[in-house]
Amino acid sequence: MTMTPIAPRVALFVPCFIDASFPEIGVATLQLLERLGCIVEYPFNQTCCGQPLANEGDQKNAAACEALFVQNFAGYDYIVGPSASCIHHVRQHMDAIEQTDEVTQVRTHAYELVEFLHDILQVRDFPWASFPHKVALHNSCTSLRSLQPPLASMSEIRGPAFSKPKELLANVPGIEWVELERADECCGFGGLFSIFEEGVSAKMGYDKVDDQRRAGAEYIVSADMSCLMHQKGCAQRLGYGQKYIHIAQILNGDTV
Amino acid sequence: MKPVDQSAAADMFIADVQHERFHDHHLWDLRKGRDQERDQIPEWETLRQLASDIKAHTLTHLADYLEEFERNATANGVQIHWAQDAQEHNRIVGEIFAAHQVKTVIKSKSMLTDECQMRPYLAELGITVIESDLGERIQQLDDDQPPSHIVVPAVHKLRGDVAKLFARTINSDPNNDDPKVLSEAGRQSLRPHFLAADAGMTGANYLIAETGSFVVCTNEGNADISANLPPLHVASVGIEKLIPRIEDLGVFIRLLSRSALGSPITQYTSHFRAPRDGSEMHIVLVDNGRSARLGMADFWTSLKCIRCGACMNTCPVYRRSGGLSYGSVYPGPIGVILNPAIDLHRYRALPYASTMNGSCTSVCPVKINIHEQIYQWRRIISEKQELPLLRRTALDVAAKVLASPALYRRVIAGVDQVSREFPRALIYNPLNAWGLQREIPDAPKATFHQWWAKNRGADHE
Ligand code: SF4
Repeated sequence: MTMTPIAPRVALFVPCFIDASFPEIGVATLQLLERLGCIVEYPFNQTCCGQPLANEGDQKNAAACEALFVQNFAGYDYIVGPSASCIHHVRQHMDAIEQTDEVTQVRTHAYELVEFLHDILQVRDFPWASFPHKVALHNSCTSLRSLQPPLASMSEIRGPAFSKPKELLANVPGIEWVELERADECCGFGGLFSIFEEGVSAKMGYDKVDDQRRAGAEYIVSADMSCLMHQKGCAQRLGYGQKYIHIAQILNGDTV
Repeated sequence: MKPVDQSAAADMFIADVQHERFHDHHLWDLRKGRDQERDQIPEWETLRQLASDIKAHTLTHLADYLEEFERNATANGVQIHWAQDAQEHNRIVGEIFAAHQVKTVIKSKSMLTDECQMRPYLAELGITVIESDLGERIQQLDDDQPPSHIVVPAVHKLRGDVAKLFARTINSDPNNDDPKVLSEAGRQSLRPHFLAADAGMTGANYLIAETGSFVVCTNEGNADISANLPPLHVASVGIEKLIPRIEDLGVFIRLLSRSALGSPITQYTSHFRAPRDGSEMHIVLVDNGRSARLGMADFWTSLKCIRCGACMNTCPVYRRSGGLSYGSVYPGPIGVILNPAIDLHRYRALPYASTMNGSCTSVCPVKINIHEQIYQWRRIISEKQELPLLRRTALDVAAKVLASPALYRRVIAGVDQVSREFPRALIYNPLNAWGLQREIPDAPKATFHQWWAKNRGADHE
């Protein structure tokens, strides 16, 4: 295994909904990166990458948000965030502002947590972690079909199967994987879609959590908490017992 | 025209549990069948790339290939007509029929004639058009309801619905919903129309420039009867259906039915080249916005579409909304990107009826980047102020909050003062929609930011 010789200097990007609703995922990400030898800084005036606005097509409003993001994150070797959709926005869509060298530097140095662990740190062992449960993996659509390069192979394309999240979790003792019938069908979150197309969004979510329940999953793990927030809301409303957990929490060995 | 409210129509579709479930499962089965067929073809992804490249090449030399097609088809004895838009198409078809005293037409499936709203136009002229594709016929008998899917037009109907409809319209047994019996009843009711029709109409899946011939793919053989029984055959075809050579055809034939229905090939792949002795063959080549689309940098590749419907079958939103909810001839993902170019105001909601999950892009046999085009349409809709007011205001408020660290901290920490600065409804309304069928996440004791400030942030505050 190759470890980067000098401790990488990492700027921690805590997406707004994680900051507000799931701080424990931010903490798990921070502790995990430090355990793996990174020097982690938290740019203090960060808010949001602009994705919720830009995904609505609202470039005008996204611009100020994106500018603030760049102000906070310029100059770091690695910007790491535990959310594929936010990193996808930064890397592939953040163009509401002028594309200066500074902006380009930020956009090309942003990493989703799993890809940072898998591709950059190339770590495969998390000796402090164990997770003795039946687990289903949820890969967000963004992480499969939009993020370049993708975190895992998708069911639509003919080609070799791979999954970076599963590779990371392969050495965590106790995990018993269960497979869903429609493993990578969208769960219906879709950002503001979940609000403005509430009916379809919830129906998709109900179908997803039904599938997880039928598969006998105790936990659903994902690198994207936004999907899980929606799925968890659906499962709770239906009175289902399965639980939802971010991959950073398992890899960090959090007690849940 | 009033904007289509896809969301409201989808809610109604979902409320009918039995229909929604059948629809979702049936179309998902088609998607699974497609995956199985794909697994039989080691070079599948190469085929997709090839198909996409052939279409890109043809579209970027469209004028040349169209002229080549016209020359060769004319030499074969076919009469070629050019229609700039739907009105011109309908007028031309009407004139051809008038010249031959046509009163009844038997027609196979064509999305283009629906796009041009040809049937009502011809009805005004006293010409009756009978649909010969079983699914289209079902839709026509059901008070001219539009098709809900471009390959399986009546997929939103259960067989019990069809049994009732046929009992009402063609006197079959209302209590027998055996699909075999139903299709036989449909077939029997169509037979007299085939025999009596003065003219036959078809569309075309492919126009081949080097031969001047065209190809129609069906599973029922109805296009062949429509084209071969009556003494006059008119084919309406969009100009984007061209491919350069007969050699290119195999690439598309191998992809089409596998992508559409999960079957290796359609039952019939019929080549039409020249009129039979004593009959006439006409082709109406239709633009209707296509060359304008060809000039749109972000959207021209949507002209590669071979109308296989795979993007609909895989679309999780379409499967749970039904095709009629899109209020257009072209529903589902391809409709979402085609329609706004036709009428931005009317179809402004469609690009938002998507989670942009990208499954459509990944199944598309000609590799149209559908979900990225959806994203681009949203930019245009926002720029042209076509977002509904509530949504626009909500975004303005969100933008103000997200661009200001201080204000953002107060909002997410739930400080009450915020509601004095922003109308309550704007902050709480969205959460109401969230909470209709889902639990709202519990508020944590502290935000991450507060945690950091307390545990790590001695330098900051
Ligand atoms: S966009 Fe692609 S998948 Fe959809 S109907 Fe057209 S060719 Fe088929």
